[in-house]
Amino acid sequence: MTTLDLSPAPGAAPLAQMVLAQAGAEVRATLRNGEQLLLTLIIPILLLVGFSKAPFLDVEGPRVDFVAPGVLALAVLSTAFTGQAIATGFERRYGVLKRLGATPLSRTGLMLAKTAAVIVVEVLQIVVLVLVALALGWAPHGNPLTVALLVVLGTAAFSGLGLLMAGTLRAEATLAGANLVYLLLLALGGVVLPVSAFPESIRPLLEILPITALTDGVRSVLTGVGGFPVGAALVLLSWAVLALAAAARWFRWE
Amino acid sequence: MEDAAVEVRDLVKRYGRVTAVDHLDLRCRRGEVTAVLGPNGAGKTSTIEICEGFRTADSGSVRVLGRAPDDPELKPRIGIMLQSGGVPQAARAGEWLRLVSRFHAHPLDPQALLDRLGLSDHARTPYRRLSGGQQQRLGLAAAVIGRPELVFLDEPTAGLDPQARHACWDMVRELRAAGVSVVLTTHHMDEAEKLSDHVVIIDRGRVVAEGSPAELTGAERQLRFRARPGLNLDEVLSALPPGSAAKESPAGHYIIEGQVDPSLLATVTAWCATEGVTTEDLSIERRTLEDVFLELTGRELR
Repeated sequence: MTTLDLSPAPGAAPLAQMVLAQAGAEVRATLRNGEQLLLTLIIPILLLVGFSKAPFLDVEGPRVDFVAPGVLALAVLSTAFTGQAIATGFERRYGVLKRLGATPLSRTGLMLAKTAAVIVVEVLQIVVLVLVALALGWAPHGNPLTVALLVVLGTAAFSGLGLLMAGTLRAEATLAGANLVYLLLLALGGVVLPVSAFPESIRPLLEILPITALTDGVRSVLTGVGGFPVGAALVLLSWAVLALAAAARWFRWE
Repeated sequence: MEDAAVEVRDLVKRYGRVTAVDHLDLRCRRGEVTAVLGPNGAGKTSTIEICEGFRTADSGSVRVLGRAPDDPELKPRIGIMLQSGGVPQAARAGEWLRLVSRFHAHPLDPQALLDRLGLSDHARTPYRRLSGGQQQRLGLAAAVIGRPELVFLDEPTAGLDPQARHACWDMVRELRAAGVSVVLTTHHMDEAEKLSDHVVIIDRGRVVAEGSPAELTGAERQLRFRARPGLNLDEVLSALPPGSAAKESPAGHYIIEGQVDPSLLATVTAWCATEGVTTEDLSIERRTLEDVFLELTGRELR
């Protein structure tokens, strides 16, 4: 029998080590989960290839120049919102959040780890999608740092909404709701269909959606048509502040 | 004061109109194994979870290793095994244990712990595919991996097969030998009797008895035997010294309590002979913790 030294030697690991370990576990869980990959990579790639190749769209310039920015925004939505909401909802349901709360990893540490995991997955998604788009003849313009800023703001807004959902609804309701919201925002938020395709009367409503702000902002930078997208950044910032505050207020750990 | 691992005074916890914990006092000494026994709904888990910092008390005071239960400084010093769950369904057993080990400064080797608890063949098995007993053992492993001073085990052997139960008991004994304080809840009287230095029986949110297993079961002995059901016990009682008691529970199982000595044994067997009753499994036993428990908390189901 193995002998173990069970004599007490308690102590917390350094915060960075705990956060890295937890973030690594979350990234592995995401990459192993087939349904998550469907939402985070397979659907965005299919949309990117399909809408760039097939003549469904009536847009100025090469279709891939229109579609690629939308699909990048969809990637952020899928990971920060849908994936995070579902994963966190089930962690809450199975007592994982409770159990982690009894370890030296603080709630702040857990949130840092979740944020880091979301960013790592987004970077992987963006690399894959950019390579596919370039292969399809995409010619991006603009400042990549501006795009990165919009992605960060979008990530904050979608994470807040995802955590709000995961922390207040039952896991099954979160699963259904997060997928439904993904589909609705994919259809309505200018991801592959321009918002101008919708009736004039509902457009103001669509334009204040976080996904629309992200797609419009990223698209205007990458197509090189405008300067810094102030409006889009403000819409995303507002969503981020409201959603994160609401999640902090109403999130229930058990 | 300093030797208390857990010190609970006048604890009250209500859920709506239900009072789960009703002015309860509990003291668990350092370096000892304390078993908290009680029927379902007695308030065991509520009490433990307040000590673990998962729930807040409505009133009363709780000190764990001299600190408030929600003190973050306590987290590395206590190890916790939940009644169930707490692990992501898709996480592999070995990965989960390695992850928890990374939260601690001086953890045990996860692989050695898996070996020790018979889980090394399942290191790559996702949590949801582990059997109930394997999930429990993984929970136990995660509770001790950080080398805590105090371990809370909530029904650690519920649903375990005998081998796994013994593995868990061995672990508790080793923890105690290493100087770790252990607080466990259980329904199993034999578990409390075998493992613990101190037993606290709670019922309806209050402590109804406490002491060492020997103190609780007392020196009193009893004569037990089996025979055909429905014997007239009043007759045998009239032949026994005053203060003796006799009961049939369940049908066909008889217990005679009192001054259990050779003359009492002779009286009972002689009476059986005149009645033409054949006894089986006749034995003289100490009261078990189970007897004490049922006396205190009643036999009715609830």
